[in-house]
Amino acid sequence: MKLADIKETLHAEVIVGHEDLDESVTAGTGSDLMSDILRGPTRGVLLLTGLNNIQVIRTAVISGVKAVVLVRGKTPSSEMINHANDHKLPLLSTPFTMYSSCGRLFSKGLRGVEQKVPR
Amino acid sequence: MPAHGIPQLKRSFKIEARDFLRAGEVSLQVQRTLKNIGFDEELVRRVAICAYEAEMNVVLHGGNGVLTLTIHSGNIDLHVVDDGPGIENIELALKEGYSTATPEQREMGFGAGMGLPNIKKNADSLEVESGKGAGTHLKVMLKVTKNGGDMSV
Repeated sequence: MKLADIKETLHAEVIVGHEDLDESVTAGTGSDLMSDILRGPTRGVLLLTGLNNIQVIRTAVISGVKAVVLVRGKTPSSEMINHANDHKLPLLSTPFTMYSSCGRLFSKGLRGVEQKVPR
Repeated sequence: MPAHGIPQLKRSFKIEARDFLRAGEVSLQVQRTLKNIGFDEELVRRVAICAYEAEMNVVLHGGNGVLTLTIHSGNIDLHVVDDGPGIENIELALKEGYSTATPEQREMGFGAGMGLPNIKKNADSLEVESGKGAGTHLKVMLKVTKNGGDMSV
């Protein structure tokens, strides 16, 4: 799904990456726990999170996440914005909650990462 | 695999305990270094995740530390040494979900007890040398393979 479609579906504000709206993500994942994000799979995916701190940006860059959406209308700090700019990581903010955001994207065809976590 | 073969390299980076503002910057440097050499994207991702988990462990739990990245004879090594309180029970620390993190650390999105298990998952080998009051020495090794050892499902 293209970032432009994600922006529209989530009524999102694009904070970083206006020039990247033609880029696509392969799947979506959502968590406030960066430890879970680091467990993958994450390459090329969209990350939705309610966590709003600099570690979100670093975790996304390290793990190969393609773009980040902050849920519940959260506003990132200037430090987060600078960091996302430095790493060319698109950063959006949506007024919807995590559950609604995921549901909206899923119903438009953006699937989850679909990995069965081994027990 | 880099186009001009695998270079030899050794580089050390300082990690400061409780420096939450910069936590992760060392791993980003490791990631950039390997990317610039031209290693496979998936291999770089696996090394970066190992480095980041280890770096966060030092920042959250350890003392001041040093991460040394070494590339030699077809392997990428990460040695992470810190002079913190050490790990009392290594077997327990390697179990998923075991954590000694504080609520403040968890609020940052870490401390779920997945750090060492996730390094083990992404690396080709992990050795932990530690003990109460003895600091911690992590030895992480990844083999340089043609496809980067893609582990994605």
